[in-house]
Order: sequence, then C-alpha cells, then structure tokens
Amino acid sequence: MSDYLFLIPLFPLIGFITNGLLIGRLPKPVISFVGCSTVFLSFALSVMVFFELKAMPAGLRVIEQVLFTWIPSGSFHVNIGLLLDPLSAVMILVVSGVGFLIHVYSVGYMHNDPGYGRYFTYLNLFTFAMLTLVLADNFLLMFVGWEGVGLCSYLLIGFWFEKKSASDAGKKAFIVNRIGDFGFLLGMFLVFWTVGSLDFLTVSEKAPEVFTYGGALITTTCILLFVGAVGKSAQIPLYVWLPDAMEGPTPVSALIHAATMVTAGVYMVARTNALFILTPDALLVVAIIGVVTAFFAATIGLAQNDIKRVLAYSTVSQLGYMFLACGVASFAAGIFHLMTHAFFKALLFLGAGSVIHAMSDEQDMRNMGGLKKYLPITFSTMFIATLAIAGIPPLSGFFSKDEILWKSFSSDFGHPLFWILGFVTAGLTAFYMFRLVFMTFYGKERMDDKTRTHIHESPKTMTIPLIILAVFSVIGGFVGIPHIFGVTNQFEHWLEPVMATSAGAAESHVLAAGGGDTGMEWTLMLLSVVLVAVSIYFAHLLYKKRTELATSLRERFSGLHRTLLNKYYVDEFYGAVVVRPVVYLSLFLWKVFDVVVIDGFLNGLASRYHEVSEFLRFGQTGRVRTYATVFIFGVVLVVAYMLMD
Amino acid sequence: MEKEILTLVTFFPLVGVVLLTILPRDRHDSIKGFALIISFVTFLFSTWLYYMFDPLGNGMQMEVNIPWITSLGISYHMGVDGISLLLIMLTTILTFLSILASWNSIKTGVKGYYISMLLLETGMIGVFCALDLFMFYVFWEVMLVPMYFIIGLWGGPRKIYAAIKFVLFTMFGSLLMLVGIIYILFEYQKYSGVFSFDMLKIIGELPLSYQAQLWLFGAFALAFAIKVPLFPFHTWLPDAHVQAPTAGSVILAGVLLKMGTYGFIRICLPLFPDATITYLPYICILSLIAIIYGALVAMVQRDVKSLVAFSSVSHMGFVMLGMFALNTQGIQGSIIQMINHGISTGGLFLLVGMLYERRHTRLIEDFGGIARVMPAYAAFFMIITLSSIGLPFTNGFVGEFLILLGAFHKNNVYGIIGATGVVFAACYMLWMYQRVFFGKVTNDENKKLLDLSWREKVILVPLVLLVFWIGVYPKPLFEILKPSVNLVVEQMERAEAVRLDDDYRVEEKLTTVEVGNNELSFDTEEQSDE
Repeated sequence: MSDYLFLIPLFPLIGFITNGLLIGRLPKPVISFVGCSTVFLSFALSVMVFFELKAMPAGLRVIEQVLFTWIPSGSFHVNIGLLLDPLSAVMILVVSGVGFLIHVYSVGYMHNDPGYGRYFTYLNLFTFAMLTLVLADNFLLMFVGWEGVGLCSYLLIGFWFEKKSASDAGKKAFIVNRIGDFGFLLGMFLVFWTVGSLDFLTVSEKAPEVFTYGGALITTTCILLFVGAVGKSAQIPLYVWLPDAMEGPTPVSALIHAATMVTAGVYMVARTNALFILTPDALLVVAIIGVVTAFFAATIGLAQNDIKRVLAYSTVSQLGYMFLACGVASFAAGIFHLMTHAFFKALLFLGAGSVIHAMSDEQDMRNMGGLKKYLPITFSTMFIATLAIAGIPPLSGFFSKDEILWKSFSSDFGHPLFWILGFVTAGLTAFYMFRLVFMTFYGKERMDDKTRTHIHESPKTMTIPLIILAVFSVIGGFVGIPHIFGVTNQFEHWLEPVMATSAGAAESHVLAAGGGDTGMEWTLMLLSVVLVAVSIYFAHLLYKKRTELATSLRERFSGLHRTLLNKYYVDEFYGAVVVRPVVYLSLFLWKVFDVVVIDGFLNGLASRYHEVSEFLRFGQTGRVRTYATVFIFGVVLVVAYMLMD
Repeated sequence: MEKEILTLVTFFPLVGVVLLTILPRDRHDSIKGFALIISFVTFLFSTWLYYMFDPLGNGMQMEVNIPWITSLGISYHMGVDGISLLLIMLTTILTFLSILASWNSIKTGVKGYYISMLLLETGMIGVFCALDLFMFYVFWEVMLVPMYFIIGLWGGPRKIYAAIKFVLFTMFGSLLMLVGIIYILFEYQKYSGVFSFDMLKIIGELPLSYQAQLWLFGAFALAFAIKVPLFPFHTWLPDAHVQAPTAGSVILAGVLLKMGTYGFIRICLPLFPDATITYLPYICILSLIAIIYGALVAMVQRDVKSLVAFSSVSHMGFVMLGMFALNTQGIQGSIIQMINHGISTGGLFLLVGMLYERRHTRLIEDFGGIARVMPAYAAFFMIITLSSIGLPFTNGFVGEFLILLGAFHKNNVYGIIGATGVVFAACYMLWMYQRVFFGKVTNDENKKLLDLSWREKVILVPLVLLVFWIGVYPKPLFEILKPSVNLVVEQMERAEAVRLDDDYRVEEKLTTVEVGNNELSFDTEEQSDE
C-alpha cells in the first residue's frame, strides 16, 4: 500500500484541478462530492499506510518514496520525494481526518455562498499543500507545502474579497509569513552548505558529525529555521496575522488557522529535532518564545468580545504550549498536544461557526446569550471541547497539556519558571474559555428579535462532524497517558524512532517515575487541576451568576481592560515603526532619488549640452556675408602668422 | 540541415519583413495574419533547434563559420550553447505572443509596426547566436532601431521622450562597447598577426593583461549594465515601459533586458576573468541595491505598468547577483531566472495591456473589484503574480532559490540581503493585486468590463503552462545548461585560484621589498657616513 503513498497528496490535487478548471460549470452536489471524496480517499489511504507502518518493527518504520528529480544543480540535488515515518503518519491522519470532517461541515456552512466552487477549489489545494508539507522528505519540498498552505491561507482569509478587512487580513498573513520564510530560507542555506544535503534523513544522520554541539553555526541555523516556524505558527513577534485571519469563513479558521496549517511550525521543529537537540541555546529561545506567547496571547483572550477572536488568541496561546514542549526537547509532547488540539480547537471553531450561522452572522458575544436551548448539539459538543482545552481530566487536553507542563518542569532543558508561566496560562485558558461558553450559551438572550426568530440548530452535515470531533476530544488523549498512571506512554513510544531525543527524555522520565519525583508530578498535576477549577468558578461567577461584577471590574481596571482589548497596541506599534517608515522611504527613493537625483543629473547634463549648443549656434548664422567675413579674417590671421615667422 | 538551422531561425523573420513590405498598407488582416504565421513558423524552427540540440554536447553546437570580410577577420560565425538556446526559445515564444497580443491594440501604421516587430526578432535572435564580435555588435545595434520606432511611434503620450531616452542610454553604452571591441581587435592582431573578431578564438587564445582587462570590463560592463538595467542606470526603463505599447514592453522586458545579462555571461566573464573577480563585490552590491530599491519603489507606484517596470529592476538584480556568485547554483539560477523573468514579467505586461485595452487607464486607483467582473482574468493574473513573487512550484522559485543559495555561498551577507527581496516582492505585488482586484467595484466603468476573449486566453495559457513546467519539472533545462555553465564556473574558479595565488605572492613580494628597502637605506646611510 505504501507504494501508493504519493496518492495521498495527489487525490486532493486532482480535486483542486477538477473543481478549479470547471469552476462555475459544475452543480453544487458535484463540487461537494469532488471536494469531499478526494480528501476522504486521502484519509482512507492514510489509515491504511498507518497500519502498514505499525506492522513493521519499530526501528524500521521508515518508508521513502522518491518520485522524480526536481532541481539538479551541480552539487545541489533535490528530489520530489515522500517520507512516511511515525511522525508524518500521525500528521497525515490528523490533516486528512480533521480535513475531511471540515470539508463535510463546509458543505452545510457554505451552502448559500455564491463562491461555493471557488471555496472547495481552495480547500482542496490547501489539503494538497498541507499533505505535501508533512510528507516531504526534504526541506525544500516541505517549503513547497509551507508556501502552498500560506497561499491557500491568503486566498481563503480573503475569500470574501469585496470586504476590505478580509483582503487586508489575507495580505497581512501572507507578508508576515514571508518574513518568517526569510528565516526558513536562510536556515536551509546554512543546512545545505554545511551538511551538503537537504534530505531530512541525511541531515539527521550527519548533523551530529558536522555540527559542533552548542556551536554558533548550529544555533544560528536552528534559530533561523525557528523564525520560519514563528511566522507560520503565529508566535511572538509574528503572531499578529492570525487574529486578523478570522476574516475568513469559519471552517477555514478551523482547518487552517487552528487544526493544521498553524501547527506546521511545530511539526517543522519536531521534524528537525536532530538539529535542535544539538543546541541548548536555540532550544532555550524556542521555549521562551513559546511560553511567553502562551501567556501573552491568553491575557489578550480574556478581553476579546468576538467569539472567533477569543478562539484565535487561544490558538496562538496553545501553539505556544507546543513550542514550549519542543523547547524543552520534549518534541513528542508537542506533537501530542498538536494532535489533541487539532480535535478540540477544530471543534470549537466549527461550533463557533454553527453559532454564527444560527445568529445570522453575528460574532459579538455581547449580542448572544442563552443559546443553550436553541442549539443543543452545538452547545454540548462545544462544552466538551471547552472542558478538553481547559484540561479537565480525563479529556484529551488534560493529558497533553499536563505532559507539557510536567516536561517544562522536569526536562533537562526545563525550568521552574517555564512551569509557572505555563501553569498560570492554564488557569487563564480555563477562564476565557468558560467566559466564552457562559457569554454565548447562558444568561440573558441579548440578541434582537429578528435574529432570535431565525435561530436554529445547524443541519446534519454540520452537526455530525461536531459529534465526531467531540468523541475524539474526549478519547484522543488516551493514546498518551503518562507513565505515572502505570502504563507506557503509547504516543511517546510511537514517535521514539523519529526523535533523536526521545530516548534520553524517556529515560529521564522513567528515572523520575521510579525515583522520588513521582510525588512531584502528582502534586503539580493536582495543582493545575485545582487552578483550572478555581478559574472556572470565577468565570461562572463573573459571566453567569453576577454579570454586574464583571462590569464593575471592567470599569475599575479600565486601563488594563482597554490595553487587553486593543491587544497591547502591537499592530499600531508595527504600523508606526515598520510599515509607515518603509512606505515613506519608498516614496522618498522614487520621488527624490530616482526623479530628482538620477534623472535630474541626466536631464541637467542634457540641458548643459543644450546650452552649449545654443551658444555655438551663434556661429551658424546662415548668412553668406558673415561666413565670408570670418573666412577673410581667418585668412588674414594665417597669413600674418606666416609672415611673422 | 543542421548547418542551416541557425541561419533559418535568425533570418526567417526577415522573410516576413520582405513579404509585409510588398503587401498594400491597408490590408490589415493579411498583414497581421502573415506576421503571426511568420512568427509562429520561427517559433517552430526554434523548437526544432531545441530537439536537435544535444544536451550532453560540450561547447557550441550547430556552428556555422563562413569568412565574410577577410581583411578584417570578420566572419559569419553563429552557434548556440545551452544558454543561448533557452534565450532563443524565449524570444520566439514571446515574439509570437506579442504579435498575437497586438491584434486589436495597434490600429495605425499597422504595416510598419509588424515589420518592426519581425525585424526586432531577427536582431534579438542574432545577438544570441552571434559568435563573432562584429556580428554581435551589428545585431545589438539593429535591435535598437525597430524598438525605437515601436516606442516612439506606437507609444503613449510621452513616447518621444521615452524613445529618445532609451536610445541615448543604450547608444552611450554600446559606443563604449564598440571601443572595447576595436581595442580587442588590435590586441589580437598584435598577438597573432591577423585580425579576428572570432569570440571563441579570442576567449581561447588572447592573453589580456590585468590592466587591459579592467578597462575593457568597464567598457563592456557599462554597456551591459545599462541594458540590464543595473542600479543606477535604470531610469530609462520605467519611462520606456510605461510609454511603449504592450508588445513593446513585453519584448523589452522579456528579451531586451536579457541582452545585458547575456552579454555579461557570454563576453565579460570568459574574456575578462581576472577583472570579473575584481569587480565582483561592486556588481554584487549594485545588484543588491537594485533588488531592494526596485522593490521599494515598485511598491509606491500608481501606474500598474511602472510598478511592473520597477519590479523588473528588482528581478534583474537577482539575475545579476546569481551570475556574480560565480558558482554552479548561482549561475544556473541566474539563467533560469532570465527565462522566468521573461515569462512572468512578459505575462504581467500582457495582462496589464489587456486591461488597458478595455479601460484606457493603468492607474491602480481607477480599479478595484475587478475579480468580480473578470474572474478568469483575475485568476490568470494571480498565477503570474505568484510566479513573479517566486512561489514554490512556479518557475520563479527555482531561479530565485538557486540564486540566493549561490549568493549565500559566495558571501553570507549577499544571501541575507538578497533574501529580503523575497519579502518585498510579496508586498508590492499583493498590495497592487488587492487594490486592483479586490474590494467592491466602485467605478461604474469597471462594471461592464468583459472577461477574457478566446484570443487572450490563447496568449496566456502557454505562459501559465511554462510557469508550472519550469516550476515542477525544470530538469531538462538544467541538463541543457549544465555543460556551458560548468565551463564558466571552471574558468572562474581558475581565475579565483590564480587571484588567491597572486595575493599570496604579492604578500611575499611586499615583505621582500621591505627587506630590500631596509638594506638600501642602510647602504645610503653608510654612503653618507663616508
């Protein structure tokens, strides 16, 4: 079956080409069929290759398929080749699985949109690019997928392109991502000129020999690659595009800006773990950026009123967790959280989409409330997802988040400060998520009457994906139950062959489990559960029971609230410090340098030339008499000169 | 047949010129039809050339060498290698598409226009085939005349200013080149006793002193740099582009600019290797300035066409940077990027022209929401835009990536600064795209715009196919380029090695001279003592 690995990305590509070339000519059911079935085929094939891989002995779980030579330029040789190993297997399952559910959901959600065909065309292209990204066997092909998903993100954020805010947001996403790609490119250059290859397997194998542990070269390389990840996965300081990306249709936010594309940075760091593990300095940078982003974004999430923006900041924050895990060299934990997050965050977005759908496109939670009885399925599934993201045991989010928190404390690269920030973030997460649930589903119905009469539960194409995702949000974490519960961590074990570090990390974990630190792990776990419970209580108090308290608090700390609401004014800062100066500089270069300096100089030259000619023209009177006079004068002069000799 | 194919490709358009001269001037349809057929047949000949070309063969192929003016050593010497082959293909494709694109836009002086186009084609192909410096120079100058008329007669409101500026800039450069050629002629005569303009002979045999190389490189490089155009010699370009008719812009950007870069790789590098090493940092710095400067200035343009023109400055900066990285990746990327730039910028000019034909304006602010009224047009424009900003799996990426990879190897700083161009390119192209295509249709005149006609789609589809072909499967191009690029790289490596050696020796010499001086001063002191 693995001989057909290339079909996994190819199916959605076929869907893209079919829908794309026949745009406007196919009826909606055909479009939906082509769009969804191609992704389903990819998913089915992914499941099959997954089991094939699982049947192989753990150490040999690598399948490489080279399709053809892409760029052969001297010593630089890059193939179009795919790599299936435990890591990419997890990713293709998540991408095609969650992707398929979101395609189905979109059938209902986008039903009345005039751009239906265009939408599915883009969505299939995205799936193709994302699968290419995770299956690539070398940096450059990964970069193809990387830019490809960026393009689809751009197209889908700006899907409703007649809205200025939408096309602005799309452009911003693309450009900010390109800044990250700049780092990625340079990182690749360093890898190639040092290792002599861009092949993941070759690089992983040779890295320990060609790089000195902790040296400046490897640190620079990893930090540059991480810059790429920061752009794609919306971390400080390049996270600004993600909240704006909510301008796109909600299923797009679920697929691209929550479950799959934004996790590409985490995947990339995990994929190149053999490099990162060689440089504690770069790991430290990753961990710090991750944990600070997690905390920072969570604080902004506290004050947002747009239901999708809360989820957007929550995504930024959760991605921070994943990088924290990578930064403490616990890549498996990062990927684990990536997977569970894909389930519950996709569910939250799709649920939010269902709410928005019901509310006639209203996104402001201040105009919602009391929706529980109108939207029972949406409510219950979203509630489950909220419990999962808040980290209530035994839902999926609990296991994955707790794993990260524990690793951030216990790993060789960990630090108690990481744990503290992560711990506080967990509390904030529970608070803003329950705030969202209470403001949306409980309390007074604050919408106007016209909207109220239209409220309805979504059709089956939308609710069934919600239910399936809810199931996975509950059970998804069971594959990675930590050692202290007396079982082996299946997930970590599965990824072990890919992770240069897992062996070491697992060892220390076993040691910790065997040693006296088990108590510590239990304690920390208990602490975070208690904190989450307290946070939920406060959310309940402020946004359900005594909403006037929230108002008075808001008034009391109005400065802080305004700062949070305006996202710390970071966008304004970037605008003033980066965007506007560049525009002014460009105008200066054009109007002054090009027009005045260069052309001014040349035109000046031309006019001097002109002036000289004008002067010389006096000699050319055209009158024979003048010429004769000058002529005779000249003859006289010559004769006189000769006589004087 | 193999012998005649180059002559056939080069001069076949002249058959068209003769044919069109005979046709009465008011028979517009037959004039257009004949011009189109002639350019298409020329294209077919060039594909034939492509198939006959042996990618494994070293050196020049399909060579013809017939003595012409023997007393001066001028001969009719033509030949192609991988580099010129690809550029010839680009020329024939773009000429054909430009003629098709001119169908409705040229209404006055139809006969003269198509004659100029075909004459131009002969000139361009001639430059790429010529292996004799005299012929190279003749073809180089021949191109200038029809282009002057195309801009000056069928151009926009400031066409005279633009045409004269274009000609003056180019003439200034090519005069210096002529002086250089004559100097080389006499040097060769001094060396071997006979006159010869034969490029291959001169490159292979003539030893030029380092000092002479410096001067000659300067003369040739200035001619080529103006053509590229390299910052700060670029100011003729926006004027020429904005004023030229669509086809003029396409040929200008697509092929004429490549004359400059082609000249560098065909003449400057192999003939003056030592000077190349000396000038390298300066050229790289100018290229980097061009990349960023072009991009920034492009960003604030109000006219779509001048935006594309400034983006050319940026892209050609990439081409120069890659070439002067002097390694395989850089040079191959550079040549691929020459082709890419022809396709993507040529495509952009064609697209802009199509919109201009409908609306008679190119100001960005006059548009908005075009994607709603012209969806197919918007889709084509998007694809070419993506190719222009170098998205992977489009042609632009392959070239740009290799150029930056090569430049980074030459000097990390070159690579780093060059790579910022990737970010800027996204800024100016996407911002323009947003303002033209997105948003609501605010201008009533835009509401009744018609989407692409079948003729326009016929023009664009080949370009889109090329975009993806070169983006996904560029291997055949690399195979064609390999031998000729290897040759250049080897030569440059030798020159660099010699330079390193020299530096070493100079250092040694300096130390001995110092010692010598000391001895000498001792001597004089002793003498004065006496």
